[in-house]
Amino acid sequence: MSVDTNMMSKEMAQNPAQDSALLSIQNLQVWFELRRFGFGHAGYVRAVDGVSFDLHAGEAIAVVGESGCGKSSLMKTILALYKPTKGDVVFNNKKHSELDRQGIRWYRSQVGYVQQDPYGALAPFMNVHQILEEPLVIGGIKNRDERERRIRKAMEEVKMHPVEDFLEKFPHMLSGGQQQRVVIARAMIMEPKLLVADEPVSMLDASVRVEILKLLRGLQEKHNLSVIYITHDLSTVSYFSERIFVMYAGRLVEKAPVDSLLQNPLHPYTHALLEGTSDPDANNALTFKEVPPGEPPSLVNPPAGCRYHPRCPRIMKGLCDVETPPEFESDAGHLTACWLYK
Amino acid sequence: MKQIKRSFRELLRYPSAIIGMVMILMAVLLSLYTMITIPYNEAIRLWRGSEDDWYKYPKQAVPAWTNTFSKKKQPISFFLNSAEPKTNSSVMVTKEIETRQDGTRKVTITYTFDYQYDDFPQDIILYTYTNDASKKPLVGVTWLTPDGRKINMASYSVSQRGVYRISQDEKLSRILRTKPIEGLFADPASKDTPIPLKGTYQMIVTTNLYESSAGLDAEFVLHGTLYGLAGTDFKRRDLTIGLMWGMPIALAFGLLAALGTTITTLVIAAIGTWYGGWVDDLIQRITEINSVLPFFPILIMIGTFYSRSIWLILGATILLNIFGLSIKNFRAIFMQIKEAPYIEAARSYGASDLRIIIRYLTPRVIPMLIPQLVTLVPGYVFLEAGLAVLGLGDPFVPTWGKIINDARTSGALFEGLYYWILEPAALLMVTGLAFALLGFALDRVFNPRLREM
Amino acid sequence: MAEKILLDVKDLVLYFQTTNGTVQAVDGVDFSLDYHKAVVILGESGCGKSSLAKALLRLLPRNAGKYSGQIYLQDVDTMTLNDDDYRRNVRWVGMSLVPQAAMNALNPVFTVGHQVAEPSMVHLGLKKDQALEQARKMFQHVGVPNDFLNRYPFELSGGMRQRVALAMALVTSPSLVVLDEPTSALDVLTQANIFNVLKRIKSELGTSFILITHDIATSSELADYVAVMYAGQIVEVGDSFRFFAGPLHPYSKKLMASVPTLRGKKELEFITGQPPSLIGLPQGCRFAARCPSRFEKCEKDPPTVAKDGRRVKCWLYS
Repeated sequence: MSVDTNMMSKEMAQNPAQDSALLSIQNLQVWFELRRFGFGHAGYVRAVDGVSFDLHAGEAIAVVGESGCGKSSLMKTILALYKPTKGDVVFNNKKHSELDRQGIRWYRSQVGYVQQDPYGALAPFMNVHQILEEPLVIGGIKNRDERERRIRKAMEEVKMHPVEDFLEKFPHMLSGGQQQRVVIARAMIMEPKLLVADEPVSMLDASVRVEILKLLRGLQEKHNLSVIYITHDLSTVSYFSERIFVMYAGRLVEKAPVDSLLQNPLHPYTHALLEGTSDPDANNALTFKEVPPGEPPSLVNPPAGCRYHPRCPRIMKGLCDVETPPEFESDAGHLTACWLYK
Repeated sequence: MKQIKRSFRELLRYPSAIIGMVMILMAVLLSLYTMITIPYNEAIRLWRGSEDDWYKYPKQAVPAWTNTFSKKKQPISFFLNSAEPKTNSSVMVTKEIETRQDGTRKVTITYTFDYQYDDFPQDIILYTYTNDASKKPLVGVTWLTPDGRKINMASYSVSQRGVYRISQDEKLSRILRTKPIEGLFADPASKDTPIPLKGTYQMIVTTNLYESSAGLDAEFVLHGTLYGLAGTDFKRRDLTIGLMWGMPIALAFGLLAALGTTITTLVIAAIGTWYGGWVDDLIQRITEINSVLPFFPILIMIGTFYSRSIWLILGATILLNIFGLSIKNFRAIFMQIKEAPYIEAARSYGASDLRIIIRYLTPRVIPMLIPQLVTLVPGYVFLEAGLAVLGLGDPFVPTWGKIINDARTSGALFEGLYYWILEPAALLMVTGLAFALLGFALDRVFNPRLREM
Repeated sequence: MAEKILLDVKDLVLYFQTTNGTVQAVDGVDFSLDYHKAVVILGESGCGKSSLAKALLRLLPRNAGKYSGQIYLQDVDTMTLNDDDYRRNVRWVGMSLVPQAAMNALNPVFTVGHQVAEPSMVHLGLKKDQALEQARKMFQHVGVPNDFLNRYPFELSGGMRQRVALAMALVTSPSLVVLDEPTSALDVLTQANIFNVLKRIKSELGTSFILITHDIATSSELADYVAVMYAGQIVEVGDSFRFFAGPLHPYSKKLMASVPTLRGKKELEFITGQPPSLIGLPQGCRFAARCPSRFEKCEKDPPTVAKDGRRVKCWLYS
């Protein structure tokens, strides 16, 4: 897969189409209650604390952040595994909160989930055929031939040949890359419109990562899928997504098309992340990296105002530590929640 | 399924497993054989020990094969029925009917047997059956010893069913000037310390029949001190029936109890762990309370005050054990599995809670369940036997525990009737051993931490 | 090599016995390391690099089979020492190890201060308060605040715990520390922090490092030399500048081509197929089956030749 189609999609991202978004996250807040001794109330873990964005059909976005920033909770809420505390997840103009059980089931068939650990994501006592059949059975595909057809098709899409051989195998007989392909096949089998991939290649070897990412990209382009690609490896985002969102302490601090962000990072945290990412260059051994002091804040008691202010080298006292910055747009489509860009 | 084949091959590496499996296989085959040759209802009927079924058998007879180990050979009981003539054997019976010119018939029944034992039999009984109700035929009994002496034993008239117990024949006793049985068998040379004369004896029964429709049959029963493969008990019941039937009952009780409790416990643990919250709390509290309840005494109370039916005991056992402490073990494993990514994936593609419990959580635990199941079986077998020994077993069902109980209440050990207790006890031990061997080997196969490298 | 050589490994072999056969995890590994320098052993999963760490520190499992070769540490062949001498003089005294996922392997019932102090009590015979003083010094070097001495592992974040594990390896002042995947589970900024710590220790304490990892990009942060491991063997070893500028061995080339870069666009490639299983390895060059430059000679095991200041195990250069 060449990189050119990627650039075309990126141009589209900078001028988003006027059709309404496939997925719209509106002021989403997902808070978890902390219980003391099982009874008392000890505060909330504000995993997602005011996230809004739109995702269009066929668009791939990367959500980048470190552990504890809430990206997992965001993803699981999009997957309807968690319920929003406030705000809405709107898919195809339908709010999650308005969907009944049938509706949730329909929604689940529209969203595919690719997980981080390929071996853990597959039930060890089921063979590939059974693994792939489960979503079909649950999704109500009663016709046996139809199921077989879809299973076959999914296997071919992820390029697992010969299909017959692989269907009989159990997960422990497959390599990491092959396991991940099965996970992707399972995510695609109900022909979803949206794919959520949580660090899909971080547990795979370097040489296999490219293969799987290219496979995902190919599937996205072929089926005009929307993809939310969650990662903490910034070096891969430019190859496989059009827009990047940077998440910190439950909020999105920067949203931009990929090139715009990589060439011109605005938020100090984005800056720090980019500085912290290494390329294979022997000169790295001769210099120290600039790393912001401290650690990401606890989500139970986040700092007032801008949540990054305790670590920010460009803090404006009296403003950043008091008021939460709204989103400011600098270039087309490049938004950042930082007082520096008012 | 390849996984089962692989585990099986792994299992065969352990000799204890092979021995255990062979023993269990033999037990199962024995059970099947028993159930086919002696159907259940028949067994229950026989075990009631009515006179009709067991009169032919001696009381508390030792197994016949013990003769091979003793110098003094004890007589083995046997019985012959003139209605079923038997020749070509060491015990024979023949029946001849001679029709005279005047229409009357003379019936001669000859019992022939070879007596090679060193001791006297307990008794000989002659049962006569005739359908000639009006005229009671006159029956004459004669005895022929190996050294050619002929003794006229008795002549008497018989009704439909006549019983002639030789040991109680006073007239014969007077004729022989000693106890009847001794007199019939004793070697004339041994006057002071009588020993039986070895050789072929005959007893001849003759009668005259006048009615053309009349008929007469006689049954010759010799009560020795030994009988059969396993001996008899105080109700004259052949113990082999009890011992054989004890096997399928023990296996069935053990397996049903083990399966019932394990599977139910598993499902309860799964439900509690998956739903969490108050459901989990409730189940945990019930488990804890249940663990303090005295299980065995409760069963004793049920047996004493309510009913001793084996099905009820089985039901009560299962009920009291499903909230057993193994719930906590299963729960620990389920808590780990619950967090696995594939469970989360299943939720994401819409699997219902029930489906996740049955299809995703439970199969993960089954490999750990199998060794536990196998090692539980003998425990329940012994439980049932224990209750029976205490007198709380099902009174109608032949089980090993019941046999031991009968032996105990009859004072078997005092009277030296060791076989009565040892036989069921040995079978209990062997069954327990078989399952234990297999169970421990299975544990090593399925529990990787115990595996030898 | 103008400076003195700290570690010289010659023909190191470690095999394991399993029910499926003999695993030839380390199959004739040669490399050397100078004082105050760091070498990175690059390899993917299943190449034997973790076994190499175990072989260097003689931490052999029960089913270890063949174990041979020479490991010269400061001119003493540690392989000739018996287990007791090795334990007293080499392990954790001459060289120590930060194993994979060390941050998850800290003992939950002891404070981290105690755990860092323990090696100096065991190996150097220090008294408890002296050992704790050493631990405090080490905490400073790795950048953990002093008041953490009395905390328990669960109270620390992942990055902090990894630093504690590093302190544990350094507390006895060994000349060499082997790190097995030290940052694979950590975030970008935490990772950068740890590498800053390693660089600082390298320059302040002069410790040499062997870094075993599959993360090619971050390995460049510490490496003075790079060794690429494939199927139990070192296929290329040389100084980092020359390596990152242009590797020689076809596997190294493909590996570099599969690493996405943040700065600068490049076409990404991947390697088809899988590395061979370490049981029943093929004859000849072990990469031949996946190599685009394969030719007839590759049916025989290639020699290691010197080329361009590095050593490559490939017929293309001999």
